[in-house]
Amino acid sequence: MIRRELITRLCKAYLDDKLEEIDRIPLIMAPRKSKQESRCCAHKTRAVLKYRMMALLGFNVADEVDELTPLSTYAGYALRKKNKGEGFLTVVDEACYACNKANYVVSNLCRGCVARPCKMNCPKDAIEFVNGQAKIDPEKCVNCGICKNECPYHAIIYVPIPCEEVCPVNAISKDEDGVEHIDNDKCINCGKCMIACPFGAIMAKSQIVNILQSINSNKKTVAMVAPSILGQFKGSFGQMVNAIKALGFDEVLEVASGAELTADHEAAELKEKLDEGNKFMTTSCCPAYVDAVAKHMPEIKDYVSDTPTPMQYTAKMAKEKDPNCETVFIGPCVAKQAEAQRDDAVDYVMTFEELGSFMLAKKVDILECSEEIDMAEFPATGRWFAESGGVTKSVLHRYEDTSFVKNMTINGLDKKQIKLLQRMPKLKVDTNFIEVMACEGGCISGPGIACNPKVAKKLLAANLKSK
Amino acid sequence: MSKKVQVKICFGTHCYVMGGSHLEMLEESLPAELKDYVEVSGSPCFGHCEEKTAGTPPFVEVNGTIIEKANIELIINYIREVLADGIRE
Repeated sequence: MIRRELITRLCKAYLDDKLEEIDRIPLIMAPRKSKQESRCCAHKTRAVLKYRMMALLGFNVADEVDELTPLSTYAGYALRKKNKGEGFLTVVDEACYACNKANYVVSNLCRGCVARPCKMNCPKDAIEFVNGQAKIDPEKCVNCGICKNECPYHAIIYVPIPCEEVCPVNAISKDEDGVEHIDNDKCINCGKCMIACPFGAIMAKSQIVNILQSINSNKKTVAMVAPSILGQFKGSFGQMVNAIKALGFDEVLEVASGAELTADHEAAELKEKLDEGNKFMTTSCCPAYVDAVAKHMPEIKDYVSDTPTPMQYTAKMAKEKDPNCETVFIGPCVAKQAEAQRDDAVDYVMTFEELGSFMLAKKVDILECSEEIDMAEFPATGRWFAESGGVTKSVLHRYEDTSFVKNMTINGLDKKQIKLLQRMPKLKVDTNFIEVMACEGGCISGPGIACNPKVAKKLLAANLKSK
Repeated sequence: MSKKVQVKICFGTHCYVMGGSHLEMLEESLPAELKDYVEVSGSPCFGHCEEKTAGTPPFVEVNGTIIEKANIELIINYIREVLADGIRE
């Protein structure tokens, strides 16, 4: 919610032409002497807000050279599209301070026994006894967990580090100061760490300022909304389209139309590849999964579908219609930024959270917008792509006889699923079509959503039925 | 108890984005003993977000009383209070 307030205030500052006053936002949000519920004082909160805003302006927090550089300067850089640093996710180091360096901690249940199996079995000699109780030296501990298993009192507990726990590719780890760092060579931009961190210390770098600029320019700005929008906001699809137009976008395209082409192409490709003797094929529309294959699963590279993603098809359609337009993909995804960077037809990527916050800043209420839109047909099967299982359903819909397909769905990419996928070429199973979604539940549970995923699932189901 | 407690959730975009979407889980989260005494409905924007004094979204109205920064726990506690008052009368 704090992030949404920051985005709203940033949009408002831009719309009111007061970006130079952006330095005041952390002060307004955390007034001096105000009581802070979870951080030590207003000054700490302000510092965190400042760096979170830096990420929303599109910069990597780690790239700060001079601590005195104000947000207004970064805003100026953002408007001139200066280099914003590597990676799409950034750690707000000011906010990353609370997690234990070692995963194992001795609780006060320790009896300080005579046998001391924790100390005896520790391979790194990391356990000392202080005031009659065991203590783990985080500098020496290698998180093997032997002490926890040895303690007869169950006095040693496992304390997870949320971001490291959820990262499917071990791309995030602590430096010597205990602050997390993201290794961009490993990171697949899935955004799970951002959702997991309860301190809001991980931010996705935003392109919102440049999107606002594009809307403000003479160029035509085309919004390409992902199918998962049907589970994001209260209101009919027509109302959502008109609300997006009220924000200043010149045209709204459904990425579900591109998804229709993806499904057509993928269905043909699957048949062809299996006929050629390939063991199996996986989907290619989830960019975090595609990055995971490129960086961590070279053994299945040849099994990933070559079909362009719904976003790529949709952006191509937009640019064919008007080569001078600027395209903005609006979806739930962080990894789409990486995909967009590889695709000349996609200019910007925006999250649903940013879209919702932009609406707040511009005081657009979806339910007050007209329902009417000019749309004779709608891409029904493309809209299924919004949730896990939907791509498979859409592809299978293209066959008269689906008996030759033995499908499997990977609903949420984690360390285990990656191991399974790596072994797939050698496993003796008859699975020949695998749908992979990095987010559990599919796109409606992505890191950039505006709505509770459980509610989103219901909303989506209702909206898919209603049209 | 003849009349049910009326809970109206603001579905305006402002409330919805600032946490109101979670409130759609209210009906499922109601404790069994309250279910028969509560009627939950959605509403277009109440307009409270424009009044400076009303507080912070998301807003919910329980029998006409505004609850700001609403969450499921707050709403259930308030419903309990309303029901307890009703019994005393």
